[in-house]
Amino acid sequence: MPDLGKYADTVLSAYVISIAILIGLVALSVWQSRQSRARLAQIEARRNAAPPR
Amino acid sequence: MSIWEYANPTRFMQTSGKLLPLVSVLSFACLIVGLVWGFFFTPDDYRQGSTVKIIYLHVPSALMAINAWMMMLVASLIWLVRRHHVSALAAKAAAPVGLAMTLIALITGAIWGEPMWGTYWAWDPRLTSFLILFLFYLGYMALWAAIENPDTAADLTSILCLVGSVFALLSRYAVNFWNQGLHQGASLSLDKEENVADVFYFPLLVSIAGFVLLFLALVLLRTRSEIRLRRASALISRERLS
Repeated sequence: MPDLGKYADTVLSAYVISIAILIGLVALSVWQSRQSRARLAQIEARRNAAPPR
Repeated sequence: MSIWEYANPTRFMQTSGKLLPLVSVLSFACLIVGLVWGFFFTPDDYRQGSTVKIIYLHVPSALMAINAWMMMLVASLIWLVRRHHVSALAAKAAAPVGLAMTLIALITGAIWGEPMWGTYWAWDPRLTSFLILFLFYLGYMALWAAIENPDTAADLTSILCLVGSVFALLSRYAVNFWNQGLHQGASLSLDKEENVADVFYFPLLVSIAGFVLLFLALVLLRTRSEIRLRRASALISRERLS
């Protein structure tokens, strides 16, 4: 850990908040991607299972 | 081969599916190298002390906050002129990423400003135009969410994007023509004389590359989600009609 001197709180808080926002954004995007894939797969499976009209 | 081939959702899904893992890995690698290099292996600045390490987050996020809006502007113009749905969905997908970048730039700027300027916030031209850009991102996302018809939503958000681009450009150039503000000039420039010292410059470039690639990876991922959701709602509408 580098010696951040009297600005340690300033620098660390900037890094912690920014990395938390980035991780949150990535996690939300991945979760939404999985949700959309599952939803489309469910609808397509239902369509394929339905008897032809 | 034409770029307009990617306006076809199937073609876009195929190509983005191949690109996404590569872009994601490169983005993660550049972010780790840039931030670790900047945080652990660069010296303190003679005036700013260790707060100079915030530059590796603040400058790339601010740069991406503006350029994300510019990307949305181009995608919105393509939608308005050529009516390609993928471009409208790409603009929609980019908005939350741009919002997060703007938020990081505002927060890291405020945290840095307190010990350096003696205040978290000042109504400086660049800070104020960035805050307005942040509000435009919120408004853009709210407009997409508020309108049920996707084509109408794409039309109206595209117009909002055109208006907001004034503030995106203002955020970029405010420091050049408004001299009464607190915010210093650009940390990076094509003119070498204006750049930060090399010891800070190279890790900053790696960090910027990481943020650019992260933006690209997230936009690809989120556009793919939007395309799937659009197809799902089209299939449901077809089921209801038949």
